[in-house]
Amino acid sequence: MSERQILKGCVALAEGAIAAGYRFYFGYPITPQNDIPEYLSARLPQVGGVFIQAESEVASINMLLGAAAAGARAMTSSSGPGISLMQEGLSYMAGSELPGLVVNITRIGPGLGGIAASQGDYRQATRGGGHGDYHLIVLAPNSVQEMYDLTIKAFYLADKYRNPAMILADAILGQMKEPIFLNPPPLVLPEKPWALTGARGKKAQLIKSLYLADGEMEQHNWHLYEKYRRLEREEVLVETDLQEKMDVLLVSFGSCSRMVQSALDLARSRGIRVGFLRPISLYPFPQQAVREVSREVGKVLVVEMNTGQMWDDVRLSLYPGCRARLLARPGGGIPAPGQILAEIENLVKAGDGIDESVHQA
Amino acid sequence: MYYDVILSGFGGQGVLLMGDILAQAAMLENRQVTWMPSYGVEMRGGAASCTVVISSKKIGSPLAEEPCGLIAMSKPSLLKFQDKIKSGGLLIVNTSFVEPEMITREDLKKICLPASEISYREVGDYKMANAVLLGAFVSFSRVVTLRRVEEALDVFFREEKQKLLPLMLKALQRGSRYVLEMDGGS
Repeated sequence: MSERQILKGCVALAEGAIAAGYRFYFGYPITPQNDIPEYLSARLPQVGGVFIQAESEVASINMLLGAAAAGARAMTSSSGPGISLMQEGLSYMAGSELPGLVVNITRIGPGLGGIAASQGDYRQATRGGGHGDYHLIVLAPNSVQEMYDLTIKAFYLADKYRNPAMILADAILGQMKEPIFLNPPPLVLPEKPWALTGARGKKAQLIKSLYLADGEMEQHNWHLYEKYRRLEREEVLVETDLQEKMDVLLVSFGSCSRMVQSALDLARSRGIRVGFLRPISLYPFPQQAVREVSREVGKVLVVEMNTGQMWDDVRLSLYPGCRARLLARPGGGIPAPGQILAEIENLVKAGDGIDESVHQA
Repeated sequence: MYYDVILSGFGGQGVLLMGDILAQAAMLENRQVTWMPSYGVEMRGGAASCTVVISSKKIGSPLAEEPCGLIAMSKPSLLKFQDKIKSGGLLIVNTSFVEPEMITREDLKKICLPASEISYREVGDYKMANAVLLGAFVSFSRVVTLRRVEEALDVFFREEKQKLLPLMLKALQRGSRYVLEMDGGS
C-alpha cells in the first residue's frame, strides 16, 4: 500500500484517470475545473499521453467520440455550460455505444450562473441530458479518495457497458485537499473487437447511431434498454450507516453529504437515532436500497444543494407510507451542519405523518 | 480530538501555503485532515483564506461554521472572520498589518504579534510572516507538534525552493518562541 499523500480533488481525479490507463485528454477551459487540464497538460506527456486543448466543448466531445471509436480510453472535463454544449455528442456516443469519461465539476446554473459549489446538474446528468432514450453512468464522489477511486471505476464501467460515464462533482470536491492513498488496481484493458483500428486484413466495421431500416431503431432502443436494466441490477453503488429503530433517515450525495455527515455526528451525540444513505452511483440510482431502508424508518430527510432534484428519485423509491422532506440550498448556498441538525430535530418532534414539503435552509 | 482553523489574509501573504503545511503536519501525525480554500475571484492583493480541519475521526464538513481558531494576517480578514470564532477560541493577529484595536471580541484567547516585522528583522525576509504565525499557532494550540510542522516543510521546499527552508524553520521557531515567552497567554 502506498503512503498517504495530500492531493487536491481535481489532481486526484486526474491521477485516477492515469491509473485507469487513460492517455487522451481533450478539453476547453472553464472554472472551476481548470485544475484538471492544468495538471494533465504537464502530467500526460510524462506517461506518453496526448493533451489537446480543443477550440470548444463541442470539439472536445467529438474528439472524445473519435478516440473512443478507435478503442482508446479517453476523457474530457468541463463544467455546467460546457457540459450543456457537449450533450449532442454525448447522445451520439450513447447511441453509438461508445465508452468515455466526462467529468462535470459543476457550476451554479441556469445560464452562466456562478462558480461556487452546486448540485443543480443532477437532473441533466442522470436523465441523459441530450436527446433520445439513454442514460449516462453517473458516479458522485464525496471525498478526494473517491475522486481517485471512482474515476478508475467509471472508466471500467464505461468500457464494460460501452456507454459514456460521468463523474459529477463540484468546486468543494475539486478544490479540497485531503490525504489519500494512490493504489492503482492492476491495469486490465478490455478487448474492443468493435473498435475502428483499420481494416487492413480484416472486415471493415462501422460505428454509427443512425438506423433507418424498418424496426431497426426500435430494436436498438430495446437493446439499450436492456443494458440500462442490467446496470440497475448489477452496478449500484451506495453507502449506508444505519442504526436500530431509526427516528430519521438522511439521504444526500456528493459534497453535500459531507455536511450531512457532520450533522449526523451531532445528532447522534444528542441521542437521536439517525441513519444515513448516500447514493454513490446517481445512475443507476440505489432504488432498492432506499426502498428497503425507508421501510425501517417513517421519515426521510433529503439534503441537496439545489431546489430538489435527487428528491424526485428518492420519492420514487420510498417504501409506501414513508414520508420525505427536503432541506434545500441552491445557488451556491451550503447547508450548515447546524441547519441540518435543526431540521432533524424538527422532524423527530413532528410525530408521524409529516407533510412532504420543501424547506429552505 | 477535533480542531478547525481559518487562515486568512491578502493573496500573496502565503495563507494557503500556511494551511498546506499545517495539513501536511496533521497527516504526519496520523490525523484525518481537510484543507479547503476560499474559492472565488481571488487574486494577489485580494482576500485569500483557507480552512483546515484536523480530527482523530472521519471528517464531515471541510468548512468551519464556528472555528476553534483564526489566524488573521490582514484587516479585511480579521473583520470578515472574527465574529465566527467559537467563544473561548483562539485569535492570532498579525499586528504588522492590523491594529489590535480592531479586535472586538472579548471572549477569546488572543495572540497579537507583529509577524511581518519579526520576519523582516529577525529572519531577514518579510515574506516569512506566515511561518512566524504558524509557529505561534501550533505552539499555543498544540494541535500538532512544532517538530511535525518542521518535518512537513520538506514536501514544500524542494529543489530550487530548498534555499528557503532554513528561513522557514527560523521563522517557525521564532513564532513558537514568541508564544513560549508570553506571560502564560493573554
